[in-house]
Amino acid sequence: MKYYDKLIFELSQNGRCGCSLPDNGFGETSCTELPTALQRAQAPELPQVSEPDVVRHYTNLSSMNFGVDTGFYPLGSCTMKYNPKINEEIAALPGFTSVHPLQPLSTVMGCVQVYKELSDYLCSITGMSAFTLNPFAGAHGELTGLMLMKHYHLLHGDVSRRKVIVPDSAHGTNPASAAVCGFEVVQVKSRPDGRVDVEDLKPLLDETVAGMMMTNPNTLGLFETGIREIAQLVHDCGGLLYYDGANLNPLIGVVRPGDMGFDILHLNLHKSFSTPHGGGGPGAGPVGISEKLKGSLPQPDFYCGEQEFSMGRISGFQGNFGVILRALAYILMLGRENVKLLGSYATLSANYIKVCLKDCYELPIDSVCKHEFVFDGLKDKSNEVTTLDVAKRLLDYGFHAPTIYFPLLFHQSLMIEPTETESRQTLDEFIKVMRTIAEEAATSPDMVKSAPHNTPVRRPDETQAARHPILKA
Amino acid sequence: MNHPYFPHTEEDIRQMMEKCGVSSLRELYSDVPSDCIYEGEYNLPKAMSELEVRRHFASLASQNVPLKIFAGAGAYDHYSPAVVPYILSRSEFSTAYTPYQAEISQGTLRAVFEWQSMICRITGMDVANASMYDGATSAAESMMMAVAASRKKNRFIVSASLLPQVLDVVSTYARFHGIDLVEVPVEDGVTSLTELKTELESADVAGVMMPGINRYGVIEDLAEAVEAAHSAGALFVEYCDPSAMTVLKTAGEWGADVACGDAQTLGMPLNFGGPYCGFMACRQEYMRKLPGRLVGETVDADGKRAFVLTLQAREQHIRREKATSNICSNQSLMALYATVYLSLMGPAGMRKVNDLSYAGAHFLKGELLRTGYFEEPFSVERPFLKEFVLRPRRDAEKLCGMLADRGFLAALPLGEGLVSFCVTEKHDRIECEELVNAVKSAFDALGGARE
Repeated sequence: MKYYDKLIFELSQNGRCGCSLPDNGFGETSCTELPTALQRAQAPELPQVSEPDVVRHYTNLSSMNFGVDTGFYPLGSCTMKYNPKINEEIAALPGFTSVHPLQPLSTVMGCVQVYKELSDYLCSITGMSAFTLNPFAGAHGELTGLMLMKHYHLLHGDVSRRKVIVPDSAHGTNPASAAVCGFEVVQVKSRPDGRVDVEDLKPLLDETVAGMMMTNPNTLGLFETGIREIAQLVHDCGGLLYYDGANLNPLIGVVRPGDMGFDILHLNLHKSFSTPHGGGGPGAGPVGISEKLKGSLPQPDFYCGEQEFSMGRISGFQGNFGVILRALAYILMLGRENVKLLGSYATLSANYIKVCLKDCYELPIDSVCKHEFVFDGLKDKSNEVTTLDVAKRLLDYGFHAPTIYFPLLFHQSLMIEPTETESRQTLDEFIKVMRTIAEEAATSPDMVKSAPHNTPVRRPDETQAARHPILKA
Repeated sequence: MNHPYFPHTEEDIRQMMEKCGVSSLRELYSDVPSDCIYEGEYNLPKAMSELEVRRHFASLASQNVPLKIFAGAGAYDHYSPAVVPYILSRSEFSTAYTPYQAEISQGTLRAVFEWQSMICRITGMDVANASMYDGATSAAESMMMAVAASRKKNRFIVSASLLPQVLDVVSTYARFHGIDLVEVPVEDGVTSLTELKTELESADVAGVMMPGINRYGVIEDLAEAVEAAHSAGALFVEYCDPSAMTVLKTAGEWGADVACGDAQTLGMPLNFGGPYCGFMACRQEYMRKLPGRLVGETVDADGKRAFVLTLQAREQHIRREKATSNICSNQSLMALYATVYLSLMGPAGMRKVNDLSYAGAHFLKGELLRTGYFEEPFSVERPFLKEFVLRPRRDAEKLCGMLADRGFLAALPLGEGLVSFCVTEKHDRIECEELVNAVKSAFDALGGARE
């Protein structure tokens, strides 16, 4: 990767233009005819650049980026699996891209069929009864799911349920979504073995509890073995159980959230279902519900039609359709026989890395993991080489860093998720590099602490960025 | 033969299991209670080859009827140069995650910084975030931001002239978040200022949201409304079209505190409703209340210019339940789409897009009125750019379907006996005339009644 220092504005020269537009035959009419009071004083200072300028600039920018296509991306809880290329072609078919969201139903039957197929397949994979594909991302799915939870209680005249229980190992979006939905967040502790402390949970459950959010396997990559009892307890107090689908990948083909007793869930199509993450979106966060919530999904709903008790509208139209198409293509490529293998391959890869590295990295909870696991930094901490240093040094070796300093249960969390699409050779190379870094931390700690050395830029000064924010050119 | 996405061979699996000390893959799930294991069959088709997948989707796509789009209502059919999808297909951009590791994410970070800059330059605002999901959710987030910024006030006013789907989403968020939402009615095609001022008499109004271009395509004059909101101590949010705002008075010039909307108008394909790209921008003083990600400029350890995600203390992964919003993933790749689009178009291209749309829409409106089947919808002629409404003398609800049969999406029914049309630079005079002929033929089929 080569450092390229331009911003598009710095290439601008008055008089250049990168587009060509037709003369549509309407004469000299122009929007300068509008009342002056409605027009802006000056044209915006957009760049004036030629088409080759634009192509070269963004190509150069892209060369400073690392994607799944570049190399191994073991970012925990993000499920950075391979993004199949056929999906991109499918999503670019003009028969889909040129459809207006408000076309009469009879002219969009192909799109409706896409919704129907994906909803059906997601129901089968997760054991839920119905899906909305409208939410735009995981956090948006969470919010939608929690709205459904609140809506359910209100429909039943149950107005006192204002609390949502969230484990201390939960993703940050869980408590944030609950708060946006107007719930009070109550935290439940984890036991030393990393699972939810059922004894700590019991006294929290009463008629003020709307429900509980769970990630299973949790953010430590551990299966919540008490899930059946937890589901029973939450249901007994009249609450609903919410499944955060960020960690669904290892369960695909083996365990279905619906069978564990979950009432509402969201999935991340940009994680478990292979759609590209785009440097931060667009994703999609479909929400599934169990039988008892049927009829309450958000509008519009092309598959199920009019929802009798709809909770309202949460998206301008019907979600990120382009992402939905990609996820459907992925499921069809896998088919029922390969869906069964997916989760266990991901789980095998994670356990393999864990076993091969636990002698030089601190493994706080040593039990069989699922798709990911968490080290608490290096085993040998005598040279004060931190998780951040290890992560940065990995970049020098051509790997993306794992998720760091999350979950918050440990001080030096290093959360590794390999996914099922990485070959054993890749895993072995990663293991080798992680071992080399552990050695370097012992023999030349300053070099690790000052890493990365081979990237387009080195460690940025984040304090300065926050203290004196420069947020635009 | 292995599945193309699964590299593990039988031998790999055997050796890896051995290393892990298990004798079967199922043993890796020994901690899962047996009644949670799914032993049933999945209701999925058998694996398809790539060729079969291609056939399947070609068949689905062919079940959609291609229409010439003369409608907007929140999704606009603008032209996008070939360079834009070409750049977006670069997998260094598309297959990257959120730029947490700045050292190997300078491409995404710089592009988002450019996007933030362009949104500020278009809207006249000081700070823009890295994007939101879509226009409707950006409006809902703006409402929550206004309420959070006001601290104690909990009432928010929206104009009924906003797009109906935007109103619906804002109202859903308000209901669950516990915000008291008030809708100010429309009077003769624009927001009723009298009603707005009455509502502002209540002391607990945190903010007011109005569209720059409303659901009738009318460009609203926001001067008085902004002044009224500010004298009541409320923030003013403008819901705007960033394409049109390259020629129209900016949110900053009107005096708005927050600008939000959908960047779909910057050449994004219609895609049956998504992915599009919400945006949000505000004045400097509200920077720390702005939800979503922000990219900032700094230097690296060697003093080189570098870009990072910054001011993250506002965000959910740090603040958890105290965050200003729960947004995490946004529509980053679509923000790149808009950025590349705007770079190609430049100020002259954007001027031409708007001039062509304006000219086409005004031509079409004139021709439609000339058919005698329509009336002017309002008592005075309201200014518009690319979208406008008319009142058919009959069958307002049926017209859209009749035109779809004739290959056009036009005359979207708005209720109230009105239908809407939209023209962009994609349509020339001949296509407009074809639409007018289709309208005539539709009305003839409905039984004439020209006046």
